[in-house]
Amino acid sequence: MNGATEDLGATLTFDLSRPGRIGCAVAAPDVPLSPLPPAPLLRDELPLPELSQLDVVRYFTRLSQLNFSIDTGFYPLGSCSMKYNPKVQEDIARLPGFAQLHPLQPAETAQGALALMHGLQTELAEITGMDDVSLVPDAGAHGELAGILIARAYHESNGGGDRQRVLVPDSAHGTNPATAAMAGFDVESIPSDADGNLDIEALESALDGNGDSVAALMLTLPSTLGLFEPQILRIAELVHSHGALLYGDGANMNAMLGRVKPGDLGFDVFHLNLHKTFSTPHGGGGPGAGPIAVTSTLAPFLPTPHVRRNPDGEFVLAAPERSIGRLGLFHGNFGVLVRAYAYILSLGAQGLRDISEAAVLNANYVQARLRDAYRLAYDRRCMHEVVISGSRQKAKGVKTLDIAKRLIDYGVHPPTIYFPLIVDEAMMIEPTESESKESVDAFCEAMLAIAREVEEEPDTVRDAPTRAPLRRLDEATAARKPVLRWQREDGV
Amino acid sequence: MNIPSNLSFSKEHEWVRSEEDIAVIGITDYAQDQLGDIVYLDLPSIGTELTQAGKMGEIESVKAVSDLFAPLSGEVLEVNQAAIDAPETVNEQPYGDGWLIKIRLTDAAQLDALLSAEAYDELITREMEENTD
Repeated sequence: MNGATEDLGATLTFDLSRPGRIGCAVAAPDVPLSPLPPAPLLRDELPLPELSQLDVVRYFTRLSQLNFSIDTGFYPLGSCSMKYNPKVQEDIARLPGFAQLHPLQPAETAQGALALMHGLQTELAEITGMDDVSLVPDAGAHGELAGILIARAYHESNGGGDRQRVLVPDSAHGTNPATAAMAGFDVESIPSDADGNLDIEALESALDGNGDSVAALMLTLPSTLGLFEPQILRIAELVHSHGALLYGDGANMNAMLGRVKPGDLGFDVFHLNLHKTFSTPHGGGGPGAGPIAVTSTLAPFLPTPHVRRNPDGEFVLAAPERSIGRLGLFHGNFGVLVRAYAYILSLGAQGLRDISEAAVLNANYVQARLRDAYRLAYDRRCMHEVVISGSRQKAKGVKTLDIAKRLIDYGVHPPTIYFPLIVDEAMMIEPTESESKESVDAFCEAMLAIAREVEEEPDTVRDAPTRAPLRRLDEATAARKPVLRWQREDGV
Repeated sequence: MNIPSNLSFSKEHEWVRSEEDIAVIGITDYAQDQLGDIVYLDLPSIGTELTQAGKMGEIESVKAVSDLFAPLSGEVLEVNQAAIDAPETVNEQPYGDGWLIKIRLTDAAQLDALLSAEAYDELITREMEENTD
């Protein structure tokens, strides 16, 4: 890699700085000069690095060559749906009419953008089988917060403001209990049964007698075990019979697209991750979008602004009558919405159905190929991801972390590990729908090879990675003694 | 797996060393092995009244954040600041310098319900077998 394998992570642009070197000349001002602020407010020397353009281009290009991305390799990071994002979406998001909009320009001058948002609201309502949609939330967990605040507002408007408990299965995404706690609710965990389903008896006992203190059950479907909940209709009935709401975490919706509508299952609120299911870029921390779909009962509580179409055809930004209010700046991550809408329209209804078919088929194929070498957490058909356990390998002295690191040597991004928490030595593998049989096979071959290495040459696995630019990183010290920013030698 | 015979144990993988109404509490060797490298401890402050089976703090490893549950009811007398400052001590010496808190028991009878070393050995053996079947 043309000399780029030196420890670039430890080299900063500050280290490459040479006094007086410049990257570009600032043009002479063509506006009248203003006086400077008072001297005490000014620093006369910012410690910024001084580099030429070429230095900067080489530095960041080399760093980017060390990056692992879906454009360079297989990325089965469970629960994250690291699938391929068709490039046509990027072309469309860059059209000047979308890219050069200003969020403060009058709505009558942005009718095309509002029509797109209205169209996306309509498509997502159809896909989820719900009555209305808000595009405001900027991430999945933000959608959860919006949904749970709506649940509170709904209960308050119905004399149920003292409903203080939120029930969360132990197979839910970790953000679910965090969201409920952040919104001020008391969180109670509901265990899973031996088959990986929600323990209905535990749910009944949590509801019996004091069900009127429960605001909502937050259910992830399919669960983080990669399993569909076959008792979902019974669960919805139980929750509703106590006046509580059923919240759905739809981060795994790529398993159900065009096959199952959450609205038909009894969900009252359901969030979607556009950056997972609807193929917008993610993995770098954002931006994302976590729209929520709701029943007509909850629609008046949706956050502001909500795109509506007046009888005369004009699109407006409205405040729903009992809105929980604003949750962020402007209108959400608009560029993400453009990409998601382009994705939905370019695929069409049959294309969306094909996604869920391929996602589920690929995960079950991985399950079938790995089932003899690794322990299956639950021996049943999975949905879009499969959870296996490295416990047999751990008994031989090789940890799941070692297996994950060894995958890097095989050119594969490691799967999600040690989650869900209820599976010992968990590996959560989501091949996604966009991978071919050949690439899924290559991953399975790597996993099988590593299982053989655990038997025959365990140190090879324990020492991994050996073929990556850097060897095993000391994650424990990084967490115990984090160095959060660079400091000059003089401490500035 | 090291399971000292002079200690009592909870099903939540904590050990207790008691003398009259004072008890020292830590996590077991099996617990630290399961957690992996421990990076952060959130322990109750001195004077906190703990309720048996109630949440008393959190322990964070490179794998996950887990709740710590009080194996006994009582008032917190001491907290192991050295372990908070160097959480790896809990990995290295779970029964020694890696102890977590010292409490004054509210109800010494609760000690009788804790597990003996033999019973705790059976518990984790069963757990390990379930995980590797």
